[in-house]
Amino acid sequence: MLRFLLNRVLQGAVLILIVSMIGFFVINLAPGGPLSQYAMTPGMSQADLDRIAAQMGLDRPLPVQYLDWLGNMLIGDWGNSYRDQSPVLDVVWRHMWATLLLMGTSTVISVALGTLVGVLGALKRYSIFDYMATVGAMIALSIPTFWFGLVAIFIFALELGWLPAGSMYTVGDQSLGDYLIHLIMPSIVLALVNVAIWSRYMRAATLDVIDQDYVRTAKAKGLPHLRVVSAHIVRNALIPMITLAGLQLPTIIGGALVTETVFTWPGLGRLFIDSLGYNDYPVIMGLLMFSAILTVIGNFLADVGVALADPRIRLG
Amino acid sequence: MTTPSSSTTDPVLSVRDLTIRFKARGRETPVVHGIDFDIHGGETLALVGESGSGKSVTSFALMRLLPDARHCTIEGQVNIGGVNLLELTERKMTSVRGPKIAMIFQEPLTSLNPVHRVGDQIAEAIRYHRKMTRAQIRDRVLELLTLVGIPDPERRMSAYPGAMSGGMRQRVVIAMALALEPDLLIADEPTTALDVTVQAQILELLRDIQNRTGMAMLFITHDFGVVAEIADRVMVMYSGRIVEEGRLEDVLTQPRMPYTQGLLSSVPRLEDAGLRTGALGTIEGFVPTAGNLPDGCSFHPRCPHARPGVCDTAMPALEPHGRPDHPVRCLRIEDIAASDMEDLSV
Ligand SMILES: Nc1ncnc2c1ncn2[C@@H]1O[C@H](COP(=O)(O)OP(=O)(O)OP(=O)(O)O)[C@@H](O)[C@H]1O
Ligand SMILES: [Mg+2]
Repeated sequence: MLRFLLNRVLQGAVLILIVSMIGFFVINLAPGGPLSQYAMTPGMSQADLDRIAAQMGLDRPLPVQYLDWLGNMLIGDWGNSYRDQSPVLDVVWRHMWATLLLMGTSTVISVALGTLVGVLGALKRYSIFDYMATVGAMIALSIPTFWFGLVAIFIFALELGWLPAGSMYTVGDQSLGDYLIHLIMPSIVLALVNVAIWSRYMRAATLDVIDQDYVRTAKAKGLPHLRVVSAHIVRNALIPMITLAGLQLPTIIGGALVTETVFTWPGLGRLFIDSLGYNDYPVIMGLLMFSAILTVIGNFLADVGVALADPRIRLG
Repeated sequence: MTTPSSSTTDPVLSVRDLTIRFKARGRETPVVHGIDFDIHGGETLALVGESGSGKSVTSFALMRLLPDARHCTIEGQVNIGGVNLLELTERKMTSVRGPKIAMIFQEPLTSLNPVHRVGDQIAEAIRYHRKMTRAQIRDRVLELLTLVGIPDPERRMSAYPGAMSGGMRQRVVIAMALALEPDLLIADEPTTALDVTVQAQILELLRDIQNRTGMAMLFITHDFGVVAEIADRVMVMYSGRIVEEGRLEDVLTQPRMPYTQGLLSSVPRLEDAGLRTGALGTIEGFVPTAGNLPDGCSFHPRCPHARPGVCDTAMPALEPHGRPDHPVRCLRIEDIAASDMEDLSV
């Protein structure tokens, strides 16, 4: 167990290091550079720019800048945003909970609904329901999220006026109900694709289990149908889904990007887009690191989860 | 045609005209063709036949474990306690499985769910049928594990199947099947996957339990050695039909059907009992696949006694031919018996 932990921490550290290196150099070598924002300010001379660059340490060789950034990051100083000089960790943190709220809600919807649809489809294979679920999933997967989002806004916000068109709360209200109302459309739009994906995987996983000998044994014991399905089919079919869920964790940032943009939701996806526009390198690097860390954590949790759920698998 | 061995009591299981067809691509393929048999309390009926003859399908039909009506049709009667199981709803059927009929399967390695502790899997069999407290169920599980000869049951009940040998897992499956003291136990080749010593132990265990509880047993096997060990009566199946049925000694020492004779012929004699034993002998040719049965007797293409114009025209019935407790499905039975006499007199 200790070996496993050590191994994982080491692996994670190496992964994060490599990602940070690639990210750092690619960003800094890309055209534009951190100073392009200042360069656009009227009346800015080359001498001024050089002075700013020297102040920010940008005149040093790239590897030195990288090591400097890395050293600071390790002690919890992720730099300051170019936009408003607030610490990167604070910026990421502020946007994270908005994303977590959206992703969390939509994940609960997609896992619950996707599992249900997948299991029912597999149990009633080739039935009308299964057929409709398959076609439905294909349609959901082929509609771009932004298109679906915009249509939803058009219908439910503009035409019917039932739901707000965007943002997380009404300024001045901010009650729980207000948050919930704002949450409905983006979380459902975001869940749509995920329900489709999750139900497809769940259907396949269930079909793998359904013909197993132990399912027949469970029926032969005279267990009620519901018990056979829950304890011997779904229970086993969910094991591979844990790995899938672990892989999905880092998509928290990218996954909601389109949805957050369409619904002007103040989350990490929006932060990323905005930071790209501002050439806000510290924040972009921060988000990259955050995503890498989530990947490591997601993998770790998935492996631990699978080992907990399946006694045949040992950590190590 | 049936030959109950103790006709004074009602049979535990009475199967009548059981027909099973599988549907695939709009075609129905009969796999079991109208079979009849009875099993009485305390009795063991062995069902013997080559691979693909329909033994497992028959046993699954008794438990109603075959695929649903879209894939398969079952006709006839499976009577237990005056009820035809084939007419029960799926919900009613769950209260039959367990206390009335239980089953041990062919594959001990895959019959248990790998993610649940074996104690829980046995407890589960009890919990849904009996009103018992947790502690009572636990005691019963320990009792069952002891009964099937699992050492250190306290510790073993919290083990996962993956940590157990094939023999131990099969014992767990047996414990599970016995948990509700079923009237009928179906054992579908329960020892085929196990090594010889373990096989002997399991057979002894089953015989022991049967002596104690008086349950009826349908024992499916390939192995005449096992048949000799455990059966009271033997039923030989070929291509979905019963072709011979009788008391153990009669079938083993005086097989009447050429198919049974073929199965037994390459098997070495067991010196002390004068019984033939060992795995099924091989007969030239192949079992015809369901749906491609030849005209007449299904066995005639492989039968050394087959006569053109006789055996390839009509399907013989399962008939006594002079011995009511040992019917056989063969048109040439009298001729074969006569030629056997000649062989002996030469
Ligand atoms: N689900 C199914 N769908 C279609 N055909 C099936 C199905 N299950 C079994 N069969 C067919 O039924 C026939 C009898 O199979 P069964 O499993 O009963 O044989 P068996 O006598 O138990 O053989 P073995 O000794 O190998 O276990 C075979 O021809 C098989 O192909
Ligand atoms: Mg079989």
